[in-house]
Amino acid sequence: MSVDKDTVNKIARLSRIAISDAEADKMVGELNGILAWVEQLGEVDVTGVEPMTAVISNKLRLRDDVVTDGDVRDKVLANAPAKEGSFFGVPKVIE
Amino acid sequence: MSEYRIQGNTGEWEVVIGLEVHAQITSESKLFSGSSTGFGAEPNSHVSLVDAAMPGMLPVPNRECLRQAVRTGMAINAQINRWSRFDRKNYFYADLPQGYQISQLYHPIVGEGEIEVTLNEKDPDSPTKKIGIERIHVEQDAGKLMHDQHPTMSFVDLNRSGVALMEIVSRPDISSPQEAGAYLKKLRSILRYVGSCDGNMEQGSMRADVNVSVRKPGGELGTRTETKNVNSIRFMMQAIEYEAQRQVDLIESGGAVVQETRLFDPNKMETRSMRSKEDAHDYRYFPDPDLLPVELDDAFLEECRASLPELPDAKRARYEALGLTAYNAAVLTAEAETAFWFEDLLAEGVDAKQASNWLMSELFGALNKLGKTLDESPVNPKQAAELLGLVADGTISGSIAKQVFEMMLETGQGASAIVEEKGLKQTNDTGAIEAEIAKIMAANEDKVTEYRSGKDKLFGFFVGQTMKAMQGKANPQIINDLLKKALG
Repeated sequence: MSVDKDTVNKIARLSRIAISDAEADKMVGELNGILAWVEQLGEVDVTGVEPMTAVISNKLRLRDDVVTDGDVRDKVLANAPAKEGSFFGVPKVIE
Repeated sequence: MSEYRIQGNTGEWEVVIGLEVHAQITSESKLFSGSSTGFGAEPNSHVSLVDAAMPGMLPVPNRECLRQAVRTGMAINAQINRWSRFDRKNYFYADLPQGYQISQLYHPIVGEGEIEVTLNEKDPDSPTKKIGIERIHVEQDAGKLMHDQHPTMSFVDLNRSGVALMEIVSRPDISSPQEAGAYLKKLRSILRYVGSCDGNMEQGSMRADVNVSVRKPGGELGTRTETKNVNSIRFMMQAIEYEAQRQVDLIESGGAVVQETRLFDPNKMETRSMRSKEDAHDYRYFPDPDLLPVELDDAFLEECRASLPELPDAKRARYEALGLTAYNAAVLTAEAETAFWFEDLLAEGVDAKQASNWLMSELFGALNKLGKTLDESPVNPKQAAELLGLVADGTISGSIAKQVFEMMLETGQGASAIVEEKGLKQTNDTGAIEAEIAKIMAANEDKVTEYRSGKDKLFGFFVGQTMKAMQGKANPQIINDLLKKALG
């Protein structure tokens, strides 16, 4: 598997990361290096081996359905770049 | 079930419909955090640091939300997956602080099932059809955006962010707007019976994404469009009609249907393209590394199954066995609230037929006039049972019962108290009734002669006159007996 410059630009756009043309060129080489390195795993025969979901075998912990959190509006809004009253403010988005 | 065809210039077209229904799971707290799911709270007050996606916060699933999804799956005879997993669906939008929605793409908690629908649920002879369910998965809701409060900003309220949803995905087995409506109604009824969703479409607890395509009968599947977030059964049916016709017109005029997301505008009764960027749907799903797989054990599944209530179809069969007509049984079971009301009456000792007749004619009629729902009924089952008990034991007649019921609605008084106070008790005083009969026969000699010469229908006239003379308080059975004797 490898990526070309179009793919790199697309991933950047989907991730909302602005990259220059020069950076994209550089990134193609770096990403392909990483992919090739990871692809070495393909050399191992894993026929019949269950995918591992956790390093230490562990069970998913579940919560009871009880309200234990919330009511921290000021904390939640504290670091917002923009707010109006009780709301976060964001640049107008209408589809 | 129903033959729905669109008449085009090149012949007939059939419509293929699949629905993705988002149903809010009834729970106190959110899917992955302990904040409240309460509706209508102050903006951003039901938000924890998890829901606001602050760095380092970790999701912990709510057992109840998984339980309700499993119970829903069991109610539609679906395969329950003991092993499922959460995935991240990545996209950027201002109502999604995480930058991804936690959902289940590859391994949903509930697999294939089916729902049997009928076009007219109140007509027992109406044909039925099985609509396949492909899957039910559990996912997070997003926040809410408001665009009209500020000239340059949109406002974000994260109270809904992280509330648990079930996405119930049907197979493309639906072939008309009417079938789609029947399916959504039946699904809502099942969710309400199970208690996994309140089914309130006005408040957004249930909304549908509608996939529509058209094809020549029996031909290859056409390209589909998806109309998003339709929030009423009527709108959904209108959206399907419009969208199917639009696709036929488009194809017949030489165009091609584009696979895209559309919105339904209920004011203009049309769908229109959302014109989102072409790669907006490149969600790059992958397993959420913050969450281990969901593994359900026997005890959990057993509890889910044991806690399932009797479902509409089973209830309907049982009511028919109680002696109710198929029509009455269908009406009483269509909504959980009605069935529970009816069963409360039975629990108070009311006869099944009497209870069903009274509920469907008197109570529904009164509520209709008052513009109230069953939940808002001014008379509760216990009070109604008191009234019906007075009819059953002969204390008052059926027609007096109607008057008493009206007074109960107006005054809130109990049936016995009203009957006592107004002196409405039915009389079994044969002497008084006989005296009135004699008077009526004397005043209507011609009719007596006609009756005796074979005009049997006049018997009703005499019953009516006698009852009227007794101010409705005579026992109808005694009137019948005495009249038969007197008229010979």
